[in-house]
Amino acid sequence: MIRRSFLTLTLLGAAAATAAGLAFTGPSQAEDKFIVVQSTTSTQNSGLYDYLLPIFTRETGVEVRVVAVGTGQAIKNAQNCDGDVLLVHAKASEEKFVAAGYGVSRADVMYNDFVIVGPGSDPAGIAGGKDVTAALTKIKDSKAVFASRGDDSGTNKKEMALWKAAGIDPTADSGSWYRETGSGMGATLNASVGMGAYTMSDRATWIAFGNKGDFEIAVEGDERLFNQYGVILVNPETCANVKADLGQAFINWILSDEGQSAIADYRRDGKQLFFPNAKMS
Amino acid sequence: MQDFGAAFGQAFALILSGDADLMEIIALSLRVTILAVAMACAIGLPLGALLAVGRFPGRGAATVFVNALMGLPPVVVGLGVYLLLSSAGPLGVLQLLYTPTAMVIAQTILVTPIVAALTRQVVEDLHAEYDELLRSMGARRLGVIATLLWDARYSLLTTALAGLGRALAEVGAVIIVGGNINHVTRVMTTTIALETSKGNLSLALGLGIILVGLSILVNGLVMGLRGSAARLAYA
Repeated sequence: MIRRSFLTLTLLGAAAATAAGLAFTGPSQAEDKFIVVQSTTSTQNSGLYDYLLPIFTRETGVEVRVVAVGTGQAIKNAQNCDGDVLLVHAKASEEKFVAAGYGVSRADVMYNDFVIVGPGSDPAGIAGGKDVTAALTKIKDSKAVFASRGDDSGTNKKEMALWKAAGIDPTADSGSWYRETGSGMGATLNASVGMGAYTMSDRATWIAFGNKGDFEIAVEGDERLFNQYGVILVNPETCANVKADLGQAFINWILSDEGQSAIADYRRDGKQLFFPNAKMS
Repeated sequence: MQDFGAAFGQAFALILSGDADLMEIIALSLRVTILAVAMACAIGLPLGALLAVGRFPGRGAATVFVNALMGLPPVVVGLGVYLLLSSAGPLGVLQLLYTPTAMVIAQTILVTPIVAALTRQVVEDLHAEYDELLRSMGARRLGVIATLLWDARYSLLTTALAGLGRALAEVGAVIIVGGNINHVTRVMTTTIALETSKGNLSLALGLGIILVGLSILVNGLVMGLRGSAARLAYA
């Protein structure tokens, strides 16, 4: 009895281990024609990639795998060589990334803008305004609740720059009227709707967001709310594993007339979410 | 606010439509978790039995350690595996990051302590009961371990199911090492997280209902198998 059970268990263990070992070696290696793009939640949550990438894949046979995280994390991942292309929205950080040798060069791809959204009751009385720093000052003075991403994302960096322009250090009041969610745009919008807080979102994520409740855009149209997206090829000299040819092909396509007009064609509820502005060379 | 009724409606509509994307996601979820649990059992069952039967210095400390690891936060495991598999990490040359294999590795690390710790308890109880008998039969240690594991197989099935529950439910580890890439590493939990962040709350909750249903189905199947096996054994 002892010998038989021992044998059975050994066989079972060996079978399980072999099965587990074999199962993923096949498919994951087979399709080598793919690139990994480190990008932002705003571009994914708005549905842009679901529209854009199949067009590129159909034409070139190159699959594009998007990892959507905050801009800060996307840049960090790319610095670790875990991606071929970086497509984010924090120009200063992107230029630093290139200057430090992690990226080959940076090109403008498209833009949209940020908006301040808030509850329909508008406790800070900022609805309909255009001046974003004036609105932020009113939020602080009325101690209306404001939800911040607080995650070092592109949106968060922009928000912090705007507070600074208004001469306010909101983090001093973190935990009272100023609340840092430490999560993505969608999660922060959910939290805002849940606690009736103002927040700043890129317009694309806001338009595509499905849980708006009674929330509306309170402030828009200030030129300081401009939101530029850039694309960078991760430097193959720094990261030997980068698929430079395929990555560059993707960048060339997205900057081409065809890629740019595909971006312009993408609509949600009849509204254009991203405006292409690559410099034609 | 969307209501729960809408969520149930979405769940049933999704299942009935046989949506190809949904089937792909469910299949990957099952593939990853079942493989991870199989690996965890291959490591955790012998390890737990060794802790129960073995007599070696540091055994008490090792037991406490394994028990404590049951509380490993998935996000920490995800981060650790990310740093290992990252191109800048020590195992970067394998290029496993953002693949299902990376997800299996992370979940194996999460589940193994659960399997080992619960196995140790089950086997130790059984050992206390059968120690003299086995010794009188002149069984050697490996033989004792194998016999006890075999005799405890029905209890250990529940151990494996506990591990499966953990693997099927966690999102923190797989979203970091898998990247939630559409058609490549997107599983049930990461889809739920994504749909929640898109504000599609009733769809997210609907997917959650499907996930719970899946868990019930797997548990039911295992219990059914166990029942038939037991009937065969004692017939």
